[in-house]
Amino acid sequence: MTGVNGTGPVLLGVRHHGPGSARAVRAALEQCAPRAVLIEGPPEADALVPLAAHPEMRPPVALLAHAVDDPGRAAFWPLAAFSPEWVALRWALEHDVPVRFIDLPAAHALAMADEEPETGERPEEGGTAPGTGTGEAAGEQGASASAAAVRLDPLRVLAETAGHDDPERWWEDVVEHRGPGRAARSWGSPRASGVESRGGVESGGGAEGGGGPEADALAPFAVLAEAMAALRAALDDGSDRDAVREAHMRLRLRAARREFGDPVAVVCGAWHVPALARAAARPGSGGSPAPPTVAADRQLLKGLPKVKTALTWVPWTHRRLARRSGYGAGITSPGWYGHLFEAPDRPVERWLTKAAWLLREEDHAVSSAHVIEAVRLAEGLAAIRGRPLAGLAELDDAVRAVMTAGSDVPAALIRDRLVVGEVLGQVPEDAPAVPLQRDLARCQRTLRLRPEAAERELELDLRKETDAGRSGLLHRLQLLGIPWGEPARSRGGTGTFRETWRLRWEPELSVRVAEAGVWGTTVLTAATAKATSDAAEATVLAEVTALAERCLLAGLPEALPVVMRALADRAALDADVGHLAQALPALVRAVRYGDVRGTDAGALRAVALGLAGRIFVGLPPACAGLDAEGAAELRGHLDATHRAVGLLGQVAEETGAPDRATVEPPAPPLRERWAAVLRTLAERDTVPGLLRGRAARLLLDDGRLPGDGAERLMALALSPGTPPADAAGWIEGFVGGPGGGLLLVHDERLLALVDGWLTRVPDAVFVDVLPLLRRTFGGYDTGVRRTLGELVRRGPSGGSRHPAPGPADAAAPGFGPGLDRDRAAAVLPTLRLLLGIPQRGYEDEDGRDENGRGRDGSERGGTSEGADGVGNGSGTTGTEGAAPATNEPTGAGR
Amino acid sequence: MSENGITTAGGAHDGSGEALRPHAEVAFAHELAALAAADDRPRPERWRLSPWAVATYLLGGTLADGTVITPKYVGPRRIVEVAVTTLATDRALLLLGVPGTAKTWVSEHLAAAVSGDSTLLVQGTAGTPEEAIRYGWNYARLLAQGPSADALVPGPVMRAMAQGMTARVEELTRIPADVQDTLITLLSEKTLPIPELGQEVQAVHGFNLIATANDRDRGVNDLSSALRRRFNTVVLPLPATPEDEVDIVARRVAQIGSSLRLPPAPQGMDEIRRVVTVFRELRDGVTTDGRTKLKSPSGTLSTAEAISVVTSGLALATHFGDGVLRPGDVAAGILGAVVRDPTADRVVWQEYLETVVRERDGWKDFYRACREVGA
Repeated sequence: MTGVNGTGPVLLGVRHHGPGSARAVRAALEQCAPRAVLIEGPPEADALVPLAAHPEMRPPVALLAHAVDDPGRAAFWPLAAFSPEWVALRWALEHDVPVRFIDLPAAHALAMADEEPETGERPEEGGTAPGTGTGEAAGEQGASASAAAVRLDPLRVLAETAGHDDPERWWEDVVEHRGPGRAARSWGSPRASGVESRGGVESGGGAEGGGGPEADALAPFAVLAEAMAALRAALDDGSDRDAVREAHMRLRLRAARREFGDPVAVVCGAWHVPALARAAARPGSGGSPAPPTVAADRQLLKGLPKVKTALTWVPWTHRRLARRSGYGAGITSPGWYGHLFEAPDRPVERWLTKAAWLLREEDHAVSSAHVIEAVRLAEGLAAIRGRPLAGLAELDDAVRAVMTAGSDVPAALIRDRLVVGEVLGQVPEDAPAVPLQRDLARCQRTLRLRPEAAERELELDLRKETDAGRSGLLHRLQLLGIPWGEPARSRGGTGTFRETWRLRWEPELSVRVAEAGVWGTTVLTAATAKATSDAAEATVLAEVTALAERCLLAGLPEALPVVMRALADRAALDADVGHLAQALPALVRAVRYGDVRGTDAGALRAVALGLAGRIFVGLPPACAGLDAEGAAELRGHLDATHRAVGLLGQVAEETGAPDRATVEPPAPPLRERWAAVLRTLAERDTVPGLLRGRAARLLLDDGRLPGDGAERLMALALSPGTPPADAAGWIEGFVGGPGGGLLLVHDERLLALVDGWLTRVPDAVFVDVLPLLRRTFGGYDTGVRRTLGELVRRGPSGGSRHPAPGPADAAAPGFGPGLDRDRAAAVLPTLRLLLGIPQRGYEDEDGRDENGRGRDGSERGGTSEGADGVGNGSGTTGTEGAAPATNEPTGAGR
Repeated sequence: MSENGITTAGGAHDGSGEALRPHAEVAFAHELAALAAADDRPRPERWRLSPWAVATYLLGGTLADGTVITPKYVGPRRIVEVAVTTLATDRALLLLGVPGTAKTWVSEHLAAAVSGDSTLLVQGTAGTPEEAIRYGWNYARLLAQGPSADALVPGPVMRAMAQGMTARVEELTRIPADVQDTLITLLSEKTLPIPELGQEVQAVHGFNLIATANDRDRGVNDLSSALRRRFNTVVLPLPATPEDEVDIVARRVAQIGSSLRLPPAPQGMDEIRRVVTVFRELRDGVTTDGRTKLKSPSGTLSTAEAISVVTSGLALATHFGDGVLRPGDVAAGILGAVVRDPTADRVVWQEYLETVVRERDGWKDFYRACREVGA
């Protein structure tokens, strides 16, 4: 076999990100002390090698290659502290040994990734994934997933040959858990040796196990290379991509041998070892097939597509190494691997102790006795499952059974904090600029938006393409925590197509851009990734709603589904109707923005409808048995929901029935349902008066209280049995807020009811009720208050009106019966002009309309007699003063 | 101690061919024998089988000599492995789970496989006294002879300690807290003092204890942390897939139905599937398609409850309907099972109705039936 003891290049086949491999690589390098180290990676990164020795460099980091013109095309080579490549790199730097990266140049890899969405690395040792990175960056997850599934997984084949169902565990058992450093202990226990004879690759176990601590550090690699060679011989390997990459590796290897002689070490994925071994073999060594010639290799590399690329180091995290997130490196448990790599001995005991400490910090009672029992259980489980050392599965089971009493919550905590871990890498400042910076500069150029230190205001008209682009960019940067622009209040009011920004480029924003580089290579992808992550982390419903709004503003269609999903989930689990009601308005607003900007807000609308449905269900129970404060809070929610439902219903209508000529469009079910909820509220006794009144008012405003519905409800609420405070609350809810006063002015029946109730309030209670009434009536415009006082002072016309409600002889107070049509006609032209009604024809209807006349009359009353009205006191005093006066006529009238 | 008549409980199963429900070690005697014969792995002291064979006995498999071992427990393998390993490392085992997750079943078979005897059983109730766990007295002898070993009536746990067997405690959380405390010393010191005689019973190798408890009835008699620490806890999950659960429900309903003289209802399969779907969705807090999250009600909604909903629906259909299980027959039952807390659960249920059931294809009649019942 090649590569032993300086007779040729040393080929160290590894599993990417395998801690066992990393230990073995270090031992092997120590033993054979090569004069150069060749590592699988893009050769363009050779210049970046010295940075790895920088004191501020801290793994996990990643080599990032991206196309200069299009930072969206990028590939990552993540390296953790326990990655064999990183270990080799650091070893070389410590020993002043030159390092060369030998994989296919990123210039070709990126260009080729465009042509074929092949994402080939996964089938190798489940390891690093420049290919995967490329695939993800190009947004081709679907294609890459299927492609990867089709391709062969050599590790799986090896594991199945050895009788294991899980290749990752098999690899762990035969390699990761048997690093030379721990070998002595493992073999020392009779259980482990018994297992060894049963499972795994006999030759591998034998070679390692027989030697003990002073074993040849290269032996495992030799055995592994043999296994891989057998595997590659048995399986027809048809990947062009691999052939090209290996051709390049061979060329680089030959060049290195010319430069440094034989003692060079190659660290690459185990899968590639046989291909390199053939090139490294001495001509006379025999056995292996004839090595591919230099010419053949060059031929393979001819005419490869190429793009201009730039490389840099970027910080990485353990979370991103884990498979489930973005540019995954294919390992689910970086924290565990890091532990295996760092723990000097007793990995099981140390791990469980770590877990115990973590649980204690989180206030779980975990004692040393728990740790002892967990260790025993884990080792017992390993024995019963035939594993040499307790692995993650056994430790997880042990923690669950012993430490957390079967509960999943602490177990999830351990998975999150320990198994994946929260390690954050760091890159020195003098690393080349991240692609995000370049992309931002490009966007700034195309949108003609120069970063300037001086503050300036920017008016955007979203109907223009450039301005819409600028708005999108600023919103995206905001999402990324780069507050270049602050939104300011538009001068043009609240128009939805206008935005005003206050721009100011602070120098530290460059740092923020560099930090944001972890999220992606372009502003768009980074903002999308950030929004997605924010959505997952948000705890409060309103946060997610705001995020959804921002996603729409920033134009992140890809993030929107994720955010919507989070939104729907939070909404489903949030039991507080208040939260839901808070979230709805923003969401409805977002639906409308989406419409304005032409984004597809269908998903958003569906979520909004779902949210509304939940509010409808939850509101009636939530309204029962509230104190005054709670009622006031809910009243706000009631109003907000009402408005939102109105808008939402409108949106639905607009899409459903664009023809708006009809006076009364068929009411959408949404509004119908809302009206039913309001009706329930208005009639339910357990609901505080304030909310009942409010619900009645909202129904009235919508024209959903037919005939004397409002009067009936009010009479009910103000009937003698009702506690005065509750009745006053009802009045506040019903006629409080804008427009309430006019309602009383226009509908004398209602005013008479209030009036009658007020006179019935006992003196002792009156003082308690007064503040409520004062709050209600004090909010009215002066004119309205004056008119009200006027009406009350004059005494109700109810006496004459109610028994004979015919419009012809009913008279507004202060006016004669009937309508003076001539005088009324004089106003009509002006009115038409104001209302924009072109032709005649409304005259007769107008004339009979009771309300119209009422308004007409009261206005005139207000203006003509205002000067000698109730005076300049508040409405309440006016009412109060007037109340005794009206008492008599009311009584007499009935 | 066996001569004072105590072992009759254990010995009764010799002639138990007639028993309504034979003990596990009798019903599966041939499987246990075949396993014991084929098992060449090391056995802990006084174990009838090796841990590996015990796991095989529970999970099923085929032995080298062709004997087929039927699976006793259908569920995750790791759960059985953890349970067996726990017993092998002489830690007490606590099986937790909502009602109807085969806790008792697993504990019986574990005891049968490990010790060949599943009858050393303490049934936990609110009235379980300390004597049931430790020992009592034969009062006639006690009065006649004074305290002596002969007058002592050992409890199941005490016998298990003395003989190195597996004892079982059912419904541990139903036992009053002070009686539970008896177990603490017993499990940590592995000794049971008899102060009346100035003696003690020391546990020999092979002794262990399996307890079962219901983790949904909180606050009954929650385990003290001191006691909890003595146990390794294994949570038995609910059925993993809807198919499994529909199958279990349908099978049990058929069994119960036949004993109640109800006709079989093959047409009711859709309703059964629906009941199981509703229960699973509310229990898991997410719809089957995984797209919508839901609030979960306070009830357990276990498989056992689904069975009872379907059975009562079937009775309704038989006695008051046309014998076909229809949505209306199960709606009331479901409502009763879901809405345990009149305010909170009702909101949960209505939300579920309005957001999920309303929109679902083919569920119109069910939605209507539920609305009628819930109005």
